[in-house]
Amino acid sequence: MELSINKAKFTPKVFILVALILLATGMLFGILGGLQYIIPGFLKEALSFEKTRPLHVSSVLFWILFASMGAVLTYLKEHTGNKLYSNNLSRLLFILFVISILSILIAYFSGKFGGREYWEFPPILSLPIIIGWIIFLINFVLSLDSLKSQPVYIWMWLTGIIFFLFTFLESYLWLFPYFNNQVVNDMNIQWKSYGSMVGSWNMLIYGASMYLMTKISNDRSYAYSTKAFVLYFAGLFNLMFNWGHHIYTLPTQPYVQYISYSVSMTELLILGNIIYGWKATLTKAQKFFHRDAYRFLVAADVWVFLNLILAICMSVPAINVYTHGTHITVAHAMGTTIGINTMLLLAVCYDILKDTCISLDPYQKLMKLGFWLANSSLFVFWIALIGAGVLKSKWQMNSDQIAFSLMMQNLSAFFIVFTISGVLLLAGILLSIYPLFKNHLACFFSEK
Amino acid sequence: MLPDKQKIIVFIVLCIGFLSYSGFLYSHLPVSNPNFSITEAKGKTLWQEHNCTACHQIYGLGGYLGPDLTNEYSLKGPDYIHIFLQTGNNTMPNYHLSESEIQDLIAYLKSVDRSGKSDPRKFSINTNGTINQ
Ligand code: HEM
Repeated sequence: MELSINKAKFTPKVFILVALILLATGMLFGILGGLQYIIPGFLKEALSFEKTRPLHVSSVLFWILFASMGAVLTYLKEHTGNKLYSNNLSRLLFILFVISILSILIAYFSGKFGGREYWEFPPILSLPIIIGWIIFLINFVLSLDSLKSQPVYIWMWLTGIIFFLFTFLESYLWLFPYFNNQVVNDMNIQWKSYGSMVGSWNMLIYGASMYLMTKISNDRSYAYSTKAFVLYFAGLFNLMFNWGHHIYTLPTQPYVQYISYSVSMTELLILGNIIYGWKATLTKAQKFFHRDAYRFLVAADVWVFLNLILAICMSVPAINVYTHGTHITVAHAMGTTIGINTMLLLAVCYDILKDTCISLDPYQKLMKLGFWLANSSLFVFWIALIGAGVLKSKWQMNSDQIAFSLMMQNLSAFFIVFTISGVLLLAGILLSIYPLFKNHLACFFSEK
Repeated sequence: MLPDKQKIIVFIVLCIGFLSYSGFLYSHLPVSNPNFSITEAKGKTLWQEHNCTACHQIYGLGGYLGPDLTNEYSLKGPDYIHIFLQTGNNTMPNYHLSESEIQDLIAYLKSVDRSGKSDPRKFSINTNGTINQ
């Protein structure tokens, strides 16, 4: 890595390579967490769950961030005809993020926390993330000559970058006593920021996948079409106002519930659009399915459909009362971050890393096996979480509750299936990314 | 194709809506007179420093390995919580907390308990799909 970040060789590809390492590392921590679910007390002294969970979640969140930054910088360069404002700023962004994730992982290993869920590290470690992101924004804006007549993916990237910065800063408002001196107030703002933050990285990822689709189909018209912009604005509207569905059961002003409930239901339009365009999608899928990157885009389409149905149901407060606080929420969180975000980003990784000095052809079988293994095991993984969630929900609603620990024991079959399918999911993803990695490193060293 | 002008107008209108809603929420937090004592505040810091949220939920938000603790104080009482904090259990680590740290954490959980009820059985469901606490 030291060589690839030197002046002559730096390309945004290094973001993607580091992202893939983080994905694999994050999944290993996930499997450890799964084992801790099925073997109570497993590694309790060395690496108990309060360390494993953030190690897992931060690694996979940084997989998403690194891969998104790599995708945006690479595609922006392609879009502008190789005119990235500053390669040095990209390098600085990369270095800041590497410092950031390494120090975060070290903090977790040594039991140093102090933040809140998903960003559990001591708040000071958020500084390189904030500085890096501002650099990303500057580099992005200055790389564009103008915002005139730009395709929708440029709008999506710019929106994603701005809103990630805003929501990340907002998630640190708790450092001020005004927001931090009452748990309900604190959690309201916390989940307001988190809800929109997810929307912001979705903007980066969906924008990248739309660019990729344009490239594969060799048809730029969709990215400029009214329909693409209407869907983009629908996404932005949801990013801004639907976050309240995370906190229906938290004491808050009633209008937060009403606004988020109504806004979340606009997702039905997106669902309707998917169903309406199903046939066209299928025809396109058959045409391009042989392409490695495209396969992952198709998989993401299927996962969007499944997760959207689940998400819309969970956004109805009357249903949310049953699903909230159960593993159905985990199914939603991992279903979307793996099924949608990871599949789309893997498509992008394939596209960006495919051209090396060695052909990927000899690995075709292996990569297809990886693809199918990853997706089928993800389906089992997802169903196991929903199953555990349904039983927990029944327990939560039961007037005659057994002890929490007994209830968890009753769920252990689901957790066993979940962990085994997690191992297979890791195997599938490793098979899919191994050739990319191997070829890249081999070429890198042979060039040397 | 939408003209750039229209796109910019929609974008600006949405941003103004978002910023106004955010500003309104910041200035109208749900609890207007918070009375967090020093011990409770210390308890919250300890809660974050030990990452209790990795396993426990407050209002159903957090990790899922342990139980929701929103109303643990009124359901189980301070002595019960004290024992867990002092010794841990099969899954929960013993953090070797000092007595004053244990008291701070109990005070924090007491303040969480005071803030509302998280039990989903306590909600009433309306025919339009909304809920009331
Ligand atoms: C090997 C596969 C995986 C396993 C076994 C696994 C396991 C776990 C476990 C045990 C938790 C903690 C659940 C709890 O709070 O009690 C978790 C949470 C989470 N994981 Fe994974 N995971 C895997 C892969 C992934 C991947 C690839 C991603 C994203 C790219 C991901 C994203 C998340 C997120 C966002 C959460 C937080 C969920 C929530 O708060 O509801 N996981 N995972």
